[in-house]
Amino acid sequence: MTETTSAARSAIFDRIQKANSSVQARSQVADYAAISREYQQSASKHRAAILETFAERLREYDARVHQASSMTVAEAIRIALAEHGQHSALVANAFPKEWLPDGLSWRAEADAEVDAMDKAEGAIVTCKVAIAHTGTIVLKDARKLTLLPDRLLCVVREDQVVETVPEAFARLQSLATDALTFVSGPSATADIEMTRIRGVHGPRFLDVVLV
Amino acid sequence: MSIRVGEAAEAPSFQKAAHMLLKDDQLRTNVRHATDVITQKRSHVVAEQHDWQQLRDAGSAIKAHTLRFLDHYLDQFEAACTAAGGHVHWAADADEANRIIVGLIQRQGGREIIKVKTMTSDEIGLNRALEANGIHPHETDLADMIIQLGHDQPSHIVVPALHKNRRQVREIFMQAMGLKELGDRPEDLTDAARRYLREKFLKVKIGFSGANFLIAETGGVCVVESEGNGRMCLTLPDVLITIAGVEKVIPTFRDLEVFLQLLPRSATGERMNPYNSLWTGVHPDEGPREFHVVLLDNGRTRILADHESRETLHCIRCGACLNTCPVYRQTGGHAYGSIYAGPIGAILTPQLFDMEHSQSLPYASSLCGACYEVCPVKINIPEVLIHLRGRVVREQQSGASLEAIGMKAMARVFATRRRFEAAQRLGRIAQWPFISQGWIHHLPGMLGNWTAVRDLRPMPSQTFRNWWRGREKGNSND
Repeated sequence: MTETTSAARSAIFDRIQKANSSVQARSQVADYAAISREYQQSASKHRAAILETFAERLREYDARVHQASSMTVAEAIRIALAEHGQHSALVANAFPKEWLPDGLSWRAEADAEVDAMDKAEGAIVTCKVAIAHTGTIVLKDARKLTLLPDRLLCVVREDQVVETVPEAFARLQSLATDALTFVSGPSATADIEMTRIRGVHGPRFLDVVLV
Repeated sequence: MSIRVGEAAEAPSFQKAAHMLLKDDQLRTNVRHATDVITQKRSHVVAEQHDWQQLRDAGSAIKAHTLRFLDHYLDQFEAACTAAGGHVHWAADADEANRIIVGLIQRQGGREIIKVKTMTSDEIGLNRALEANGIHPHETDLADMIIQLGHDQPSHIVVPALHKNRRQVREIFMQAMGLKELGDRPEDLTDAARRYLREKFLKVKIGFSGANFLIAETGGVCVVESEGNGRMCLTLPDVLITIAGVEKVIPTFRDLEVFLQLLPRSATGERMNPYNSLWTGVHPDEGPREFHVVLLDNGRTRILADHESRETLHCIRCGACLNTCPVYRQTGGHAYGSIYAGPIGAILTPQLFDMEHSQSLPYASSLCGACYEVCPVKINIPEVLIHLRGRVVREQQSGASLEAIGMKAMARVFATRRRFEAAQRLGRIAQWPFISQGWIHHLPGMLGNWTAVRDLRPMPSQTFRNWWRGREKGNSND
């Protein structure tokens, strides 16, 4: 820390303390606890309806949704990739390799440099949590892998899908200091005449296999 | 201290600037279209969120609480971020922030940086400071890129180039990127930006961003975006520098569950924006190996000191108040002379200056209250506007301005019935040269400020009191 910034630090703290000298009626802990949180914090729908909402939201984002059982994940991935005419993929370090279809030419994320990711046909990953209400998947790490290739395929287990945003945060608390990416549909912009365009810099295609 | 808010200190008054911009039909058409689209999408996704009011209450309460214990949370953030491998810097004003940032880049030997959209960097005039030191900033948000390549100013917090249409964007891109051919469909333009920037993303070693939220509990930072340019800048470079106002801190990771519901619905009318990135310090396996965050005051603690308007600091920069504001929808953003436009700009800009500049902005409103209704963190903008008008008037009264003398004279006239009625008689005679077809369009001298923006009905030939007196005598003429 340079000298000037620490001078700035104490000046800023002084001004804050002066400005707040008359408003701290109770302790910070008690004041925080008193914040009213009347918003919805738990699920209100049946499981089937939650999963249906999740799939519907994804489709609204132009993502493709593929259903699979734990026995047919590899087959679902094979079909999803075939629809794009995709033959190879980079696979996240943590991805269960038994889910990869036979005949797919794949490399692990750890073995790929940024250039290889830039040129790769697509990436295959799992998520930590998914949010039905907003059609969101939450990824841990694999930040470059899920960004550079033009296609992203994510396998989501049904028990990872929660209804609301607060439920997702409750589940993510233990990962609070990890690198997390919330993905809601493919990359998009509406900067030119408010016309929504899919795929600016991130992947243009998002496939979700729901197990 | 030298507070800077973009070029706002040198800007003409809102009323003067708006007068010119109202003649720009293209600008007004574009602004109307863009704000209509976002407003409609917003109201759809807000209506389906049955607990919207409860979320607003919580968002407002969390922000108010954080401001009451701002020193505690900044301290906590600094400690946690440092423990996670980040470096925290403090800047009292714009110049100091620029010095710190330029110094960090020069230490790396950097000649260029890639930038994610950040209003705060526009506030401190970072790009100009970088260029003065031979460092080229590449704006990577599509709209910011349009602004930068077109040598223009942002006109909206969330969609800064909404005043440009596709043909104008095509012209700018063809010239700046040296393209011979380019379609004018938004798809073609977006694709050109993708190709142009991908090379920069892979090559430039220093990334720069703002922050939507700083998390005191973890020392983490959250950036929300749509295009993926943010993720590129946050993960690909070796070094990442983030600037954030001190008011961006929130207490806990969990508090994001409120703001990540309020922000996307309010800003772009989406249930969730395509990408939210969260990181804490430096992550060992991936991403930048060096992370700096510059915490900026630049007038914020002075806003904190005014208890009647400190809620201005609740703002999460969603832009909903701009889109709904009948004044903004007519003038667009440039009339505000500040990178912070619309109702929030009208209260934020002059306060950052401690009311020394931009004194016309608190009057750039009809006080209709639409902004308060849509604000996701319940900033009572009309109330703050009135409070600030009071501050402007009190400041002007302390001097011997013509207006102050006029007001004192007026108070004397209004004090007795005799003087008041004499003034009315005088007014009826004095007004007749200015009446045309039943309206007064122009008044002379200082009174002209009033008629510059509205027409007046002339004073009636008979006052109510005259009529009442006549009625008692039995010669009412109605």
